[in-house]
Amino acid sequence: MNDMTKSDELLLDVNNIEVIYNHVILVLKGVSLSVPKGGITALLGGNGAGKTTTLKAISNLLHSERGEVTKGSILYRGKPVADLNPAALVKSGVIQVMEGRHCFEHLTVEENLLTGSFTRSVSRGDIAADLEMVYSYFPRLKERRKSQAGYTSGGEQQMCAIGRALMSRPETVLLDEPSMGLAPQLVEEIFGIVKELNEKEGVSFLLAEQNTNVALRFAHYGYILESGRVVMDGPAADLRENPDVKEFYLGMSEEGRKSYRDVRSYRRRKRWLS
Amino acid sequence: MSAEFYFGIEVFLNGLMAGVMYSLVALGFVLIFKASGIFNYAQGIMALFAAMTLVGFQEGQIPFAHLFNAMFGTEMHHFGWHMNAFFAIILALGVMVLFAILVEKLILKHLVNQEPIILFMATIGLAYFMEGFGDLMWGSNVKKLDVGIPQGGNFWIEENTAFLGGENFYGFYLDTLDIYATVIATILVVSLVLFSQYTKTGRALRAVADDHQAALSVGISLRTIWVIVWAIAGFVALVAGIMWGAKSGVQFSLSLIALKALPVLMLGGFTSIPGAIIGGLIIGVGEKMFEFLIGAPLLGGATENWFAYMVALVFLVFRPQGLFGEKIIERV
Repeated sequence: MNDMTKSDELLLDVNNIEVIYNHVILVLKGVSLSVPKGGITALLGGNGAGKTTTLKAISNLLHSERGEVTKGSILYRGKPVADLNPAALVKSGVIQVMEGRHCFEHLTVEENLLTGSFTRSVSRGDIAADLEMVYSYFPRLKERRKSQAGYTSGGEQQMCAIGRALMSRPETVLLDEPSMGLAPQLVEEIFGIVKELNEKEGVSFLLAEQNTNVALRFAHYGYILESGRVVMDGPAADLRENPDVKEFYLGMSEEGRKSYRDVRSYRRRKRWLS
Repeated sequence: MSAEFYFGIEVFLNGLMAGVMYSLVALGFVLIFKASGIFNYAQGIMALFAAMTLVGFQEGQIPFAHLFNAMFGTEMHHFGWHMNAFFAIILALGVMVLFAILVEKLILKHLVNQEPIILFMATIGLAYFMEGFGDLMWGSNVKKLDVGIPQGGNFWIEENTAFLGGENFYGFYLDTLDIYATVIATILVVSLVLFSQYTKTGRALRAVADDHQAALSVGISLRTIWVIVWAIAGFVALVAGIMWGAKSGVQFSLSLIALKALPVLMLGGFTSIPGAIIGGLIIGVGEKMFEFLIGAPLLGGATENWFAYMVALVFLVFRPQGLFGEKIIERV
């Protein structure tokens, strides 16, 4: 896990993008990042730091929320994503798993998975094989295949959402806050599966996560976002050891745990200085 | 059994058949509401427009003839041929598909993510535009629609059921057109349900109905889905237009059948296809039976006009999502 990337091939290149919602609200103020092929890249930061917006800018879902990339460029395999609609983007291998799962509640788990293969024009047999592949990673989904997704547990819905994305046979998955609202044990389980998918199926991940601790254990490389800017980046192992990250995001310091109040004021000062 | 009893059954059967017609109109609303969250005020006008277009093709009318005549002083009205009903229906269907594409291109595309009320207002505008446009295109006179479905009382049924009720009973009087309408509507509904349950596109339709954003994120194109849904709604409107048009002529009042669909929707739920069907049947049977049993003998009649709305009101109070409205899934 210590090697920074598995290969040097660049899949996604986000270059200094600025995003404005509703023509007035500036959310991203120049974010740059890159996702190498075969890696797990983590995008870290607190609430409102701009993680979700960054992912949506990449997957071209901003339009439907009245958001707009006003500066900078996003290239996928050297091609600007702005020219592609979400469907074309899914076809070219990028798919997003949205924050808060967003399963189709009234469809069964299996139907949910099948919608993931919407953009693919392959035979039924191939789709059935993909379905088996997804079930092999998420055996729990197989048990619940006939249940309406809305009635499954939060963890199962998260698995369903990831499984649905896998059905498009993606090269890169943009995974937004997979740990949200889940018990620590489930978070471990899901991150474990993400790692497995990365290693066995060669899927690259860009994951936005508030849970810095878990994310840095599973990711290869990390970016830390604060109020719409990347404030720090580096190999996950280095970030884990970085005293600032330790203090602000992992809640540890040389003198042991501190009160959150101290951390906050310190952090504010630090931002002023930088 | 007395003749009165069999007469009651006849009323019941007629109610069922009227109900199927209501369902047909309600279905158009449900389809669009489910897929795009839009209450399509123009559904009734779409039925009228479809029926007018069908008659126009059948009679070989020249579209916009009145406009041309007024502008250039010409005297043209007809191409001078009559089209086979089957081809005319296919062509009218083509026009409704074209209409769906235009609605998406000119209206829906620009109103993505707007409040439902704004979309609703847009469909009101659309309704009035189409009303005028239809008149301009095909003329506003009352037209006769005949696609070859036999009309009038069905003598076979009447003769073969006459023995049931003794001396004062002459058999069930059922309109052949209604029977045809029932069969056609049933086929239409069954195929729609099969389509939405078992095809890839149908699954995508339901996915969009559930969660726009998520559908977009897995690469389902909302715009394509909207065109498909409006085209299907146009098709349903065409069928409803044919049935109602054959019954009472193609004229403006045809578009008011939409008003009959509202109580059906409240009863059945805005999001349920089976709800639209069952709701239509309940309203159809309910209003006829109420008139027959209570309205005519006790209240002086004419209860049919308001009975449906009363039922709908009661439902709104006690079961706002309707009989079959999608259960709001809430996990505790």
